[in-house]
Amino acid sequence: MTNLVIVEHDNNEVGAATLHAVTAAQQIGGDIDLLVAGENCASVAEAAAKIAGVSSVKVADDAKFAHHMAENLASLIVEVATGYSHVLASATTFGKNVMPRAAALLDKAQISEIVEVKSPDTFVRPIYAGNALATVQSADTIKMITVRTIKFEPAASEGGSASIEAISGGVDAGLSSWVSQALSNNDQVDLTSAKIVVSGGRGMQSGDNFAMLHSVAAKLGAAVGASRAAVDSGFVPNELQVGQTGKVIAPDLYIAVGISGAIQHLAGMKESKVIVAINNDSEAPIFQVADYGLVADLFEAVPELDAAL
Amino acid sequence: MKILVCVKRVLDPQVKARVKADESGVDLANVKMTMNPFCENALEEALRLREAGVVEEIIVASVGGGKTEETLRHGLAMGADRAIQVVTEEMLEPLAIAKVLKQIAEQEGVGMVIAGKQAIDDDSNQTAQMLSALLGWSQATYCSQIKIDGDMATVTREVDAGLETIQVKMPAVMSADLRLNEPRYVKLPDVMKAKRKPMDKIELASLGLDTANRLTTLKVEEPEGRAAGVIVSSVSELVDKLRNEAKVI
Repeated sequence: MTNLVIVEHDNNEVGAATLHAVTAAQQIGGDIDLLVAGENCASVAEAAAKIAGVSSVKVADDAKFAHHMAENLASLIVEVATGYSHVLASATTFGKNVMPRAAALLDKAQISEIVEVKSPDTFVRPIYAGNALATVQSADTIKMITVRTIKFEPAASEGGSASIEAISGGVDAGLSSWVSQALSNNDQVDLTSAKIVVSGGRGMQSGDNFAMLHSVAAKLGAAVGASRAAVDSGFVPNELQVGQTGKVIAPDLYIAVGISGAIQHLAGMKESKVIVAINNDSEAPIFQVADYGLVADLFEAVPELDAAL
Repeated sequence: MKILVCVKRVLDPQVKARVKADESGVDLANVKMTMNPFCENALEEALRLREAGVVEEIIVASVGGGKTEETLRHGLAMGADRAIQVVTEEMLEPLAIAKVLKQIAEQEGVGMVIAGKQAIDDDSNQTAQMLSALLGWSQATYCSQIKIDGDMATVTREVDAGLETIQVKMPAVMSADLRLNEPRYVKLPDVMKAKRKPMDKIELASLGLDTANRLTTLKVEEPEGRAAGVIVSSVSELVDKLRNEAKVI
């Protein structure tokens, strides 16, 4: 077996999600190579070469890969993938965007968001918002895989000494161009890697009321998340959404405030180690997954919690 | 411009999926089925593009068995002009679906395809990207805003870090995220009108495509449930439990 892991990065640093995909590759077995495609991304290649268990890092440093536009990046992956038995990427919006495109060009299926490696050709993946787990066996010669990060520990980012090889290839399709990105506030704790997450739902009633959650989060060193209802209502931006089609997270502690617990929300947080639910409706489904439930008016309970911390 | 909207019939999102006792799959007998929510967003966007004069004709297409027609009729009731059902009783994988849709898009000469970003049953999140690849067209996934100006489109995409804006050349394949729009409700007269709109049926086999599945599902099982928790009576009890029992703060 030979594994190729597509590195997610911002041309400066290796994205944390990639380390989880490397672990999935380790469980498949065999050599692991990494592909870094970007522009002026030498520092990414150097960091990638230090990841434990990696044999070699292939670097395609070219302006056409600067913003990882799917058309250009997929054309490179297709060229490099030949000769590998497995190509993996993290199941982030980066991996989910480019991997199916590359898979189709290779005439291979994609196995999305694996949560377990059973054998080199057999994987477990959640379906129906995680209400069922499917064990699937692939007959393809190249297995195209995205990896659900929370189910694989991150590989050690230090300790490896992979070779670095500059490569060229891929095409500039000229089909798309990057314009801008509105990034979330970098001062806040990253939602996907936070140990503690405080999330608000429709019960918060407004975006302004999320200030209460930010205050609690600051005391706990926590990130702030939200349910789809809160995002749809315009209380908070989309990158805070936890759920089936938002972010899937598994912090040590997840505090759900004013969240009813719709199926699609539970899909994004039910792997959390400890779940707390604060809701004034004792019948809310969120209490069925909560380790600790508090039936209370959040506008009284949250300030009280804030004061107690 | 003609636009192709791809839709999928799925288990209603409000219904909890039940795994069959023989672990062969999820039980879909006698349960409420509906149009995948993201597909409704895709169709709504096509309707708005038609209202804005960018699109002249909306074709809604789906691949599936007998009752797929119901889902397509819903699409016609929402306002699509005509429907195409590619008939098969097999459950095709996204790669095969993309091959079928490529053929439909080319036969119909559409200038754009829009699909939901993900079906809420198999959660694959692949079809739009694969179709875009096979057509060799531009790709814009997870769209929360689409502006088309001649042969260029400016698209805002929902990505993990926030919002990304890109420009793509037309023709393009786009996939809809939830914030793209709010799908309209269907009124009874629209349902009646939809019954008279054209519905083409094409047998999958007649397309002559390799649509064999690449994956074999060995089993489908329920995930382990969480142990029942406790209801605490006060904030101070909660903080005490988190500090001294769960030891997470």
